[in-house]
Amino acid sequence: MLKKVAERILISIPVLIGVVLAIFIMLRIVPGDPATTMMGEHVNPAVIEKISREMGLDQPYYVQFFKYIANALHGDFGTSYRLNRGVTQIILEAFRNTVKLSLLAAVVAWIIGITAGIVAAIRQNRLLDRLFMGCALLGVSMPVFMTALVLQYVFAFKLEWFPVAGFDSFRAMVLPAIALGWNSAGSIARMTRSNLVEIMQDDYIRTARAKGLLESGVIIGHALKNAMLPVVTMMALQISSMLSGAVLTESVFGVPGIGRLAVNAIETRDMPLLQGTVVFTTVLIIIGNLTADLLYNVLDPRIREGA
Amino acid sequence: METSEKNMTLDHADQIGEADTWRDKVKTLVRQNKLAAFAAVMILLIVFAAVFAPFVAPYDHLAQSLTDRLKDPGAEHWLGTDELGRDVLSRIIFGARISLTIGLVPTLISMSIGTVLGVCAGFYGGKVDFVIMRLADVMLAFPSLLLAMVVTYTMGGGLINIFIALSLINWAGTARVVRSQTLSLKEKEYVEAARSIGVKKWTIMRRHILPNCLPSLIVLFTLNIPSAILSEASLSFLGVGAQPPSASWGLMVVRGKKYLFSEPWLCIAPCVAIMIVVLAFNFLGDGLRDVLDPYLKEQ
Repeated sequence: MLKKVAERILISIPVLIGVVLAIFIMLRIVPGDPATTMMGEHVNPAVIEKISREMGLDQPYYVQFFKYIANALHGDFGTSYRLNRGVTQIILEAFRNTVKLSLLAAVVAWIIGITAGIVAAIRQNRLLDRLFMGCALLGVSMPVFMTALVLQYVFAFKLEWFPVAGFDSFRAMVLPAIALGWNSAGSIARMTRSNLVEIMQDDYIRTARAKGLLESGVIIGHALKNAMLPVVTMMALQISSMLSGAVLTESVFGVPGIGRLAVNAIETRDMPLLQGTVVFTTVLIIIGNLTADLLYNVLDPRIREGA
Repeated sequence: METSEKNMTLDHADQIGEADTWRDKVKTLVRQNKLAAFAAVMILLIVFAAVFAPFVAPYDHLAQSLTDRLKDPGAEHWLGTDELGRDVLSRIIFGARISLTIGLVPTLISMSIGTVLGVCAGFYGGKVDFVIMRLADVMLAFPSLLLAMVVTYTMGGGLINIFIALSLINWAGTARVVRSQTLSLKEKEYVEAARSIGVKKWTIMRRHILPNCLPSLIVLFTLNIPSAILSEASLSFLGVGAQPPSASWGLMVVRGKKYLFSEPWLCIAPCVAIMIVVLAFNFLGDGLRDVLDPYLKEQ
């Protein structure tokens, strides 16, 4: 088991370096000089040269890359061109809001998704199943910004139950969390249902029924435990789509999170900030994928013993 | 001479067999999954409306009329007019052209890249496989929307650049599926047989591996289209995609957002259009998967 964990971590390192390299190359092939982009076209060339030197932009790309890696390992992602502050500090401030939003969205997704999936599986091919699975497909197909705008219009503007925008109180967090969680709830519901339906055909379920267990006991005590294995790992894998969705949700509700930071970085052509944001979120996704893999190993004895 | 005749006969027999199989599969799809069949009809209608947009749309999608600005939906303008007096329905119909093109072309390009890389990785194995799959790992590690944003930052906004961004970043998923299928297909007897009579590797991939990956690829293609459409809409919504006066649905939503509380149809109508197209492709993809490739469903 320990060997497998070490193996997975080792595989993640080249991927991580590849990710940083890819972002580094992509942002360096931007037409024009980064210092000119930052200062504007009409600034004295001597000033631009000075800024380039100060920021190390005059050095060869490979030197810049290794310096970036070395600094990033020490938690330093550079300085924002526009805000003139450390990128790490800016990201950490915004990250707090994105984490709150994503965690709340995950709770929404789990509660709605798992409940709907179980009910649909129990009522297989009946009205409730079709209704819930229809809603789940709708959830998967609805653009995140549509869910956000509809919620904002109905619950914030028409009913006035929640604030239209902001992220400073629990009430303000409810709508963004539902908007972001709704999409994942659809996938979780579909997966919970299909796993549960498949498992309900297994021999040990028949045995549990034969020994006189109540249907609820069969589902909770036997079927659900096994059906949830892939669902749990899917949740960890969904960090990626959550973070992509967070960009849109934050944009609609004006949440000062990491997604809005990335959009602002693009608008103001702030390369270090954009680079830091993307590298930071990608590292999170790699950690999420790693956790999903390891979680599956821990939860499923068949894989654990095979390892 | 005799061998080539035999080959021709075999090829002919294969073609007949294949035609029958495909026809059967379409019949099965229509019989088993009415929703998927309905979705297919829906997609055809949307494609028709997009292709013949100048004839189907009631107004010119770019024609502005400041006296008609922000009109409520009614008999004259079924979905109302926007802040520049442009007919929303006409813009949605013209917008279907953008969405479908974005859905189809970059998906086709990215899947072609993914297929070639996936077959090579699976067939050659070893270092080739390692390098391609680590590249795929790197691509899959990125949050797709952020990566697309970085690409548009590098190349600038606009539809052509979204085309390039989506074509370049979405190949990894296809490569993984095709690789795993190639790994199992290359162990089949007919591939062994082809190898043993000295058929070139490239020919084996083209004649024996690729045709057998086709069902999965068709299903993947159908399921990748809606995600490409959603990506374009999201990028345009964030202001880094299509630029005005384009009738991109994502752009219509973000421009309508300013009037969400007074004229909600301005952003809800294009949202519903996106949802219908995405839903139709998802239904069709689900149906096709059940008929063509139950293996993919298990995956």
